Amino acid sequence: MADDLDQIFVTISHSIVGLFPEFWQPVVSAILAIAAIIGVFASLFAVTTVFERKGLGRIQNRYGPNRVGPFGFLQPAADGIKALIKEDVVPRAADKVVHFLAPLAVVVPAFLVYAVLPIGRNMVLVDFDAGVLFFFAIGAATELSVFMAGWSSRNKYSLLGAMRAIAQMISYEIPLILSAVTVIMIVGSLSTTQIVNAQAGYHSIGLPNWFVFTPWGFAGFVLFMIAATAETNRSPFDLPEGESEIIAGYYIEYSGFKFALFFLGEYMGMFAISGLAITLFLGGWHAPLAALEVVPSWMWFFAKLLAIIFVFIWVRGTLPRLRMDQLMNFAWKFMLPMALINIISAAVWHFMVRAGLPGYQCWLVGAAIVAGSYILLGRGLMEGKKIEKRTYRFAE
Amino acid sequence: MLGEGIIKGMAVTAKNFLGSYVSEERLTTIQYPEERQVLPEAVRQFPFLVFDGNDAMAGLRCVACQICEKECPPKCIYIEKSKDKKPDYIGKPQLYPATFDIDISVCMSCQICVEVCPFDAIKMDTEFELSTGDRFGGLLVNKQQLAKSNAHYHRIHPTEADEVDGRLAAEKVKAEAKAKADAEAKIKAAAEAKAKAAAAATAPPTAPAAPATPPAPK
Repeated sequence: MADDLDQIFVTISHSIVGLFPEFWQPVVSAILAIAAIIGVFASLFAVTTVFERKGLGRIQNRYGPNRVGPFGFLQPAADGIKALIKEDVVPRAADKVVHFLAPLAVVVPAFLVYAVLPIGRNMVLVDFDAGVLFFFAIGAATELSVFMAGWSSRNKYSLLGAMRAIAQMISYEIPLILSAVTVIMIVGSLSTTQIVNAQAGYHSIGLPNWFVFTPWGFAGFVLFMIAATAETNRSPFDLPEGESEIIAGYYIEYSGFKFALFFLGEYMGMFAISGLAITLFLGGWHAPLAALEVVPSWMWFFAKLLAIIFVFIWVRGTLPRLRMDQLMNFAWKFMLPMALINIISAAVWHFMVRAGLPGYQCWLVGAAIVAGSYILLGRGLMEGKKIEKRTYRFAE
Repeated sequence: MLGEGIIKGMAVTAKNFLGSYVSEERLTTIQYPEERQVLPEAVRQFPFLVFDGNDAMAGLRCVACQICEKECPPKCIYIEKSKDKKPDYIGKPQLYPATFDIDISVCMSCQICVEVCPFDAIKMDTEFELSTGDRFGGLLVNKQQLAKSNAHYHRIHPTEADEVDGRLAAEKVKAEAKAKADAEAKIKAAAEAKAKAAAAATAPPTAPAAPATPPAPK
């Protein structure tokens, strides 16, 4: 019964595909999976926008949207209709073709990367040997589309936003990939399904075999999530679209549905990178406890995804936007060395485990490397900076 | 250590997030159309014309003196004087406004019209839901729409209205006393004149009285 529920989408897909002649079966199978991915994640986007606004509201002791439908949950429908019926304004001086293509170039790669995410047991669109590589290669296309949008609008704010976005995304791409490299080193594969399979099973103390419960995995996970926040332009790394500085950054000249597409692309990117974090560090679709294996695997994936989204919202409600120099300092002086040290820590772990040393010894050594370098790098980052109460000459 | 402040901040927001579900007092939002804030007494939005009695047009206190029209900084008041007169609250015949229009879209709620009105005829209303679907006619408010009873004034600004009523009543009493005194003086004067006339008729005319003694030098 539990297995049936676990594989329900796989069996449904197989039975639908079975209705078609053999020649068409691969095409139908692909279309079905693509439609499912687009449908599920686009509706997740709609739900997330409501949850985000409500969560931020609660953090600020407000109600958040609660007018459209029960508890305001039909708000995305209202927003969608509004976006659709709005006028699509294109600046006269804009490069029309690029201006038109930019939102598509945001959305298409954002959806493409879902092809390699294992959403549940046997539920991956393409079981690709170089899955993680594919993910990062396609994910990097966002930079191009952001710059297309910023450049083609012919607006100083959009160009500034695009420049900031490029600087930020390229800086944070490095720690993002380097922190993912640890997992690839340990598993010895770029395939997302193999990475998930490597995290199956449970420790003797009941903890699952996820990489986040190893020192290098924990550090890698934190680094990955910080870099992912920057990569998806979310607060506190939302400099490219900082409302108070450059209005809306690179999508200032977009209105109506194109603006909504940018929004969609941004959230899709966030879900995708959260999905990759789940795959790499949080055990993919595996249950956190052996007793909870009865719950279908795809439910675990989405539960983890929602948890990560909640953390994203929580961070957004907490931290103020970074300054450009702080952003760059953090990327190059902390994230990058930390990611490199983490790779060493993973290598040490790999050889210690292979040498057959007991688990706690591996753990202690790994933790010492990671925590020690964290403290030292943190001191280095704070060096020469005096944090004191700010005084204002003219305002007081 | 690096990241300490972030943890503290996250704890604060988490406390707010969870607290907003537990205690209603945290939520400062007023769910506007259903819940309403109790407005302070001195609140003011848009002027109205006060009338006494039951007939709005007959009881208007306004005498079309046009002071408010002249003083209004954005010039949103338009008044036309009447040709005839009608008695005011004292009973004195006064002009009344044939037209009294205020443009809501121009009015800036400064209350200067209220301050300058010597007749306590224009006051500020507390009504703030003044939106309309017609942006030309709907925003120009005429005399009929502006006229509101003294009872309404008492309801929205009780203290101020009591003071105004007291003042008006005192003025009325004074005016009545004066009228009475005038009437008495008139009767007296008439009686004196009558007596004088009678005396003049009986006695021959005499030379005018000697001038009074000049005032003492300083």
